[in-house]
Amino acid sequence: MSARTTDKTQKLTLVQAVTDALQCAMREDPSIIVLGEDVGLNGGVFRATDGLFKEFGADRVIDTPLAENGIVGSAIGLAIGGFRPVAEIQFTGFVYPAVNQIFAHAARYRNRTRGRYHVPLVVRMPYGGGIHAPEHHSESYEALMVNTPGLQVVIPSTPYDAKGLLISAIQNNDPVIFMEPKKIYRSFREDVPEGVYHVPLGKANVVKEGRDVTVVSYGAMMRPSLEAQEFLARENISVEVIDLRSLVPLDIDTLIASVTKTGRLVVVHEAPRSCGFGAELTALVNDKALVHLLAPVERVTGYDTIFPYAILEHHYLPDRERVVAGIRKTLDF
Amino acid sequence: MPRQVIFEGRIENLSILDKDGQVDKKLEPKLTRDQLTGMYRLMVMMRKFDEKALNLQRQGRIGTYGSLRGQEAAQAGIAFNLTKTDWVVPSFREHGVMMALGLPMHLIYAYWKGDERGNIVPPDLRILPASVPVGSQLVHAAGLGMAMRLKDEPSVVVGFAGDGATSEGDFHEALNFAGVFNARTVFFIQNNQWAISVPRKRQTAAESIAQKALAYGIPGIQVDGNDVLAVYAASKAAVEHARSGKGASLIEAVTYRMGDHTTADDQKRYRDPDDIAYWLARDPIDRFRKYLVSKKMWTDDNDAALAAEMTAMVEDEVKKLESMPAPTPVEFFDHMYETLPWNLREQREAFAQGDRS
Repeated sequence: MSARTTDKTQKLTLVQAVTDALQCAMREDPSIIVLGEDVGLNGGVFRATDGLFKEFGADRVIDTPLAENGIVGSAIGLAIGGFRPVAEIQFTGFVYPAVNQIFAHAARYRNRTRGRYHVPLVVRMPYGGGIHAPEHHSESYEALMVNTPGLQVVIPSTPYDAKGLLISAIQNNDPVIFMEPKKIYRSFREDVPEGVYHVPLGKANVVKEGRDVTVVSYGAMMRPSLEAQEFLARENISVEVIDLRSLVPLDIDTLIASVTKTGRLVVVHEAPRSCGFGAELTALVNDKALVHLLAPVERVTGYDTIFPYAILEHHYLPDRERVVAGIRKTLDF
Repeated sequence: MPRQVIFEGRIENLSILDKDGQVDKKLEPKLTRDQLTGMYRLMVMMRKFDEKALNLQRQGRIGTYGSLRGQEAAQAGIAFNLTKTDWVVPSFREHGVMMALGLPMHLIYAYWKGDERGNIVPPDLRILPASVPVGSQLVHAAGLGMAMRLKDEPSVVVGFAGDGATSEGDFHEALNFAGVFNARTVFFIQNNQWAISVPRKRQTAAESIAQKALAYGIPGIQVDGNDVLAVYAASKAAVEHARSGKGASLIEAVTYRMGDHTTADDQKRYRDPDDIAYWLARDPIDRFRKYLVSKKMWTDDNDAALAAEMTAMVEDEVKKLESMPAPTPVEFFDHMYETLPWNLREQREAFAQGDRS
């Protein structure tokens, strides 16, 4: 792992940290290329690739025809041909056409050739609701990806993590689905070191330590989770908040250590509840920490509905109030 | 504004040997005796491999198998233009191309036996494993062709598919990407007339598959796919076009799937015996043999000797297949990722210790 960070930092938003990660990684390794719709001169619909076209040119920042399956499929070919492609899917709701390539090929090449070929590919996609977007612009499909062996699934919640995790993802030799919480793309800035640094895949972050209950979340749902922690601190309820950062690989040790300590777990995600990632976490706690549980695991999630249109979306998305209610349920059990 | 013609397309069909092996002298490629008999050897090798595979399947020694019978000229004609540094991106019926480039037959048999080790291509070959989701491999061929262009490598990528695959979106996305990005890719479509039970005319209302190239701004040609000289000549032009950086192109080789779709299929349910008879009279190997005999390059004795040699080679490869040690079951965990995450390590360990919970 290279560590050429300087002491210097810059205040960046999450989406700027994504751009910075791409730029730093591309400067270091000429095999890294970016491809997708509008990623070139336009810098992407969310400006995540802003300025890269100017610095690296049309052969490394590639505006493709409008075809998600073609983007990911050709990226698989580029990866096998010696590149490290970073493909952008404009919105997670548009990933379905590319799912054949992601599931049937990217995820399988290494194992089915017993290591003869592998696919060092990152598929970046803004996910989630809360920005009053049109239909098909607010989905969270992480559970689909997690249920596909061969993929790694990474979801940052802060600018610092976004940069360090994305660089780790790009340098990883297996496919990574990198889901970016677009709701918080620009909601705050934090100090981000200049140059290349890594946040390892598979290492959760205990953002707040606590005694009474563990709240586990990731991405945009970290915000209501932390708001609930703050709110309940006033009542002297001590909430431990864990940001998973990557769902595959999962930091099981941090999860189990926390639940063993607190005896209570609330999982927060905006994807639908049934067979969502919360269900897997519940099963894992059942396997590994059942005797430490003082209450059933509580899931605070989106509903098993299609994602509502803009004017009702705030009723669907978990917020502080729902997380607080979930925590109280485990405390009152 | 007046109406103006902004595009006029034209697609040629190339045929050099007729069904009786008579050659069109003007179009006859300049190939040496060694090259011509070398092509014939490849075709006979493919057929012997195929006949043995069908036998092995019937005996339960390999699993469901997709026969290439009838498509030997198509596969030998393109393969003869490729070198080991070129990329082969196959569908699931390109055993002939694979072995022509040097992939050991026992690995191909191993794949059809249900052994992933059949996909461990020797390091000096650039052959991707068979792709079952129909047409999905063509976008990889486009991407690899983009990679060769970006690296300015004089390697050519050949993406294979059948007529059915041309109805899939992947075919169109692949040709479109390859056209836009000037990929060093040849799309080689073996139109064998049947996608399982659905005939070619149900795949497209167009006169040819080759003409679809025009919509993507790349050259396209239709060839008699049972005429190895025509396939060779069209492939040579397409491969040179790609190798010299001029970009992608499409070849439609019109051929016929002589057998069932796979050993799990029964063509008698949907094919007319007259149709089969028509194509039997156009067998690619018989036709080319007649041509070689007429050129005094081949005799019945040569043929008997070649058949014996190929049969021995195939038997030897089957021995290699069947002397492969059984795979260790735990292997299916080992290549899921470069570094196994805890859950796979845990499952692997429990499995290895005989825990079947």
